[in-house]
Amino acid sequence: MAGIVTFAEQRDGKLRRASLEAVSEARRLADALGTTVGAVLIGSGVEGLADELAAHGADEVYVFDDAALSRYATEVWARAMAQVVGDAKPKAVLVPFTAMGKDLAPRLAAKVGAGLLSDVVGLAVKDGRLEARRPMYAGKAYATVRWEGDPQMATLRANVFALGARDAARKAEVVKGTVDTAARARATAIHATAEGKLELTEAQVIVSGGRGLKGPEHFHLVEELGGAFGAAVGASRAVVDAGWVDHQMQVGQTGKTVSPTLYVACGISGAIQHLAGMSTSKYIVAINKDADAPIFKVANYGIVGDVFEILPKLTAQAKAYFAAKG
Amino acid sequence: MKIIVCVKQVPDTEARIRIAPEGNAIVESDVNWIVSPYDEFAVEEALRIREAKGGEVVLVGLGPERGQAALRSGLAMGADSAVHLKDPLFDAADTAGIARALATAIRALAPFDLVFTGQQGVGGDNSQIPGLLAEMLDLPQVTMAVKVELEEGKALVNREVEGAHEVWETSLPAVVSAQKGLNEPRYASLKGIMAAKKKPIDVKDAAALGLQAADLAPRTKVVALELPPPRPPIRMIEGDADTQVKELLRLLHEEAKVI
Repeated sequence: MAGIVTFAEQRDGKLRRASLEAVSEARRLADALGTTVGAVLIGSGVEGLADELAAHGADEVYVFDDAALSRYATEVWARAMAQVVGDAKPKAVLVPFTAMGKDLAPRLAAKVGAGLLSDVVGLAVKDGRLEARRPMYAGKAYATVRWEGDPQMATLRANVFALGARDAARKAEVVKGTVDTAARARATAIHATAEGKLELTEAQVIVSGGRGLKGPEHFHLVEELGGAFGAAVGASRAVVDAGWVDHQMQVGQTGKTVSPTLYVACGISGAIQHLAGMSTSKYIVAINKDADAPIFKVANYGIVGDVFEILPKLTAQAKAYFAAKG
Repeated sequence: MKIIVCVKQVPDTEARIRIAPEGNAIVESDVNWIVSPYDEFAVEEALRIREAKGGEVVLVGLGPERGQAALRSGLAMGADSAVHLKDPLFDAADTAGIARALATAIRALAPFDLVFTGQQGVGGDNSQIPGLLAEMLDLPQVTMAVKVELEEGKALVNREVEGAHEVWETSLPAVVSAQKGLNEPRYASLKGIMAAKKKPIDVKDAAALGLQAADLAPRTKVVALELPPPRPPIRMIEGDADTQVKELLRLLHEEAKVI
């Protein structure tokens, strides 16, 4: 019976990176607590993914594999997870803070009576209990939070918790389960909107553009720089609200929260609501013609300059750099 | 159509945050309070449905005395009435306790067709209330809605997830949470603001909801609140554009080791 249970989100038969991050973190915590890790896999034809979860630290993989589980449905997934939590009585339950995790975790928490903390960016073991750290007020404060009672449940911000070393020799016990697949709400159609595009919340490198680009006709400069870096492309609220790009690309408080290794802000002034969505990035580069722009207060590297001059040069030199590097 | 909308009052996103001496909360006197922007999308959507199909829009909000301003804002936009859940017992509640109080109040408003909430309350940004409410009310949920269409006894809801646009079908009643992109909220008119002053706000405490301290006991507790750790000092890259770009790539490779 696993001491820490994680939800292993998969989409189209592929495990999300955030799922592996959750398993990796569960492994670290379980080692500190002297307990085991269980991962829950729900879908159609997904049993084969159990090996990957084992390689990242799962001792047990609970598999719900059924043709009727090909599309995510909140009630069914919550029911399956609640079954596992009810049987295993874990100390903790970790779920990625993705669109699916955001939708699932509260319903599950209410079902099993767990205290739930959202968008957690740090976990530690203190006196045999967990202690979480999470940003509040647009990242202007960080809360340290503890739970009363078990299970201690958290959703984890993507790209913050390190992936553990992959050990293909590790094996997990597979526990198969069945679940009632009835649901009152379910997806009837799914349209891919980002064919071939990198997902912002999962990207290791993000290049974002703001009002400094002056108009939608110049946004290609940001996309080309993104292409040179193999990066996902984001945008500030100002340019989303102005209709230059889709809301899906917005980074910030009313958009996506991202935490890449490298974030390049081009012509973005750095309003607090933008910083809320990207200030946990590991390295931030700011390119802006206004030396007083607040973005320079959070950046590691700053270039005061004209994006129309800097971006094409940076794109060209980056292409040459990556080509030489192979 | 009877539509319930949950409305929360939150600190203005531009507010400067200071930590209170107890070390686990913010200094509230500094803060300008607003209606959580996602809740405005929720109120707007409810009003549009009422305008198309008839019915009523009832707001439910939980918070101290000042929270009534958020309900008045929603009434000024056009909602018909409001329920204000106010009790010192609620002040220490966590998300589960808040959802329990809201769910109890909403149950008392049955029968209804829809419960709208914002996708998240700005500030805490937990994104928990929609799912908690749906489970407690034993209703289906569709979160992060960017489009809602009503048909006989059901709703079609478009939602955005990573890299995909989904269409969900749900039976009614259901809990639907509003994402940015759902609509453009209206501004309250002067007439609306005047009318809102006369609209009823039903104030209820925990006892009126039949809730006791044990029902609201928090399962999570903030033990410390701190300002964010300072970021390392910035390194400004000087020179002409060619030099700056070359130096940036060198630093990213040699110093940051990220490329």
